Amino acid sequence: MMKPGQLASTDLMERARLLTALYVAQEQYGHLTDEAIERVAERLHMAPGKVYETATFYSMYRMEPMGRYVIQVCEGLSCHLAGGAERLLDHLVEKLSIQPGATTEDGVFSLVAVECLAACDASPAMRVNDTLYTDLTFDEVDSILDRLGGR
Amino acid sequence: MFEPILLRRADLPRSETIDVYLANGGYQALPKALAASPEDLIDLVKRSKLRGRGGAGFPSGLKWGFMPKEDVTKFLAVNTDEGEPGTFKDRKLIEEDPHQVIEGAIIASYAVGARHVFVYIRGEFFLGVKRWNKAINDAYAHGYLGEDILGSGYSLDMTVHRGAGAYICGEETAMLNSLEGKRGEPRLKPPYPAQAGYHQAPTLVHNVETLANIPHIVLHGAEWYRSIGTENSTGPKVFCVSGHVYRRGVYELPLGTPLSTIIYDYAGGVPGGKKLKAVIPGGASTPFVTAGDVDVPMDFESLDAIGSALGTGAIVVMDEDTCMVDVALRAARFFAHESCGKCTPCRVGGRRIVDLLEGITEGRGQAGELDKLYSLCDGIAGKTFCPMGDAMVAPVQSSLDLFVVEYERHLDGGCAAAH
Repeated sequence: MMKPGQLASTDLMERARLLTALYVAQEQYGHLTDEAIERVAERLHMAPGKVYETATFYSMYRMEPMGRYVIQVCEGLSCHLAGGAERLLDHLVEKLSIQPGATTEDGVFSLVAVECLAACDASPAMRVNDTLYTDLTFDEVDSILDRLGGR
Repeated sequence: MFEPILLRRADLPRSETIDVYLANGGYQALPKALAASPEDLIDLVKRSKLRGRGGAGFPSGLKWGFMPKEDVTKFLAVNTDEGEPGTFKDRKLIEEDPHQVIEGAIIASYAVGARHVFVYIRGEFFLGVKRWNKAINDAYAHGYLGEDILGSGYSLDMTVHRGAGAYICGEETAMLNSLEGKRGEPRLKPPYPAQAGYHQAPTLVHNVETLANIPHIVLHGAEWYRSIGTENSTGPKVFCVSGHVYRRGVYELPLGTPLSTIIYDYAGGVPGGKKLKAVIPGGASTPFVTAGDVDVPMDFESLDAIGSALGTGAIVVMDEDTCMVDVALRAARFFAHESCGKCTPCRVGGRRIVDLLEGITEGRGQAGELDKLYSLCDGIAGKTFCPMGDAMVAPVQSSLDLFVVEYERHLDGGCAAAH
């Protein structure tokens, strides 16, 4: 069994920062390119393969390029029952002329259908990058898109 | 009317700040706890009969007692990876009153001799991360964290770690792997985290809501705490209500409050004068409760007794027009998507269930497919590496058990629910 202080002096403690480091790299590189993975691996004294193994497990890391604004629409059970989720997604599909999973040609918006944003009391809900929007109307959605993408 | 305990500050302006917390009874339990011995605190929590609020309902005091007494490196991990569909209580608790959870975490750490707290928070909770970080910084500035807390000689650090979109990381051993920078796959138990957790060091893992209870127990005592709730399900519970009700939201009530009271008296009942068909009582992984059982007391034992579970206390209400096959499909999709892929019954079985349910709801169902569904459920439940398999099967198996007529209607090309 480990003694007090033993962990703090090893690389092991550093690895607790891997998920955070991957976020930082993603922010810098747009998505987790090979170079981004290598940089993180170097910093945390890990093999790049190990970093890649972890990164590909989690849905919030992008291994492919995505739009500047990633729009996530909650399709979870509660949102579905409340009835607004599908209509919101349809509205966005029409408005952006892309299907869920795709990115607009100008690279501004990506649209993703997701499961549960823990906003079950306030559907329809969507998240755009760091911001959660709840109890949305189509007018609000349109003005958010206009503001972000000049549409 | 029950006077909220855990949410009593939640609606105050700037409730997330340390000023509001201090002005409303905050950080008063901490000096009291630091003046007591760790053994007394463990005994206190045992006597309170507090049970974990993350879903499993394990007695918290017992868990504290499992932590080794020796002075070795120990950790506390705060599970803020709330992802069970229908659940949004922990988000509320940390966004609105983070210091309550921090105070609980400090007391728990002191009781078990942990010197570092990992806060593992769901990656999507951007506001929650901000609030946690700000609150932790303020707690350091006030001397509630760091070296020699309040002159007690006890020192503790706390750091926030963002998850990155994986439901399975709510499972405690998967969370520990994720904290270690690995794929969030569950570990074999035993050993339990209290024996071998973060990098094999003894680690106490608690849900946010569980820790929020601790300062109140320290301040008011075990007897007071046991006076709330039922004999074996003590204390208040933050219930999340969503689906077909007038007023969706969180409601803090004593454990043992009848489900019907929560739905009708607090959440305003089913809109449009419609009848209630079914309720998910504790998040998507708990079996359905039918209208006939809607008076069931919301506590661990009563829900067990009718074949369901309290889970996270996330109540999802479905009215008479709801297609239960469609609900089963939605739930199955979630679990199939979130399967970590480590073991076959969950990884492949989940996908097969979704394929069958899609076929059935889209009118392509074949005779004999219900038997296939039953057999898939049987091949997954209890046969997976972690509880994810049981979670995945619950909504499907329970809809088959309770609403098989609706499946049969689909096989005949119809739908029992009026759309």
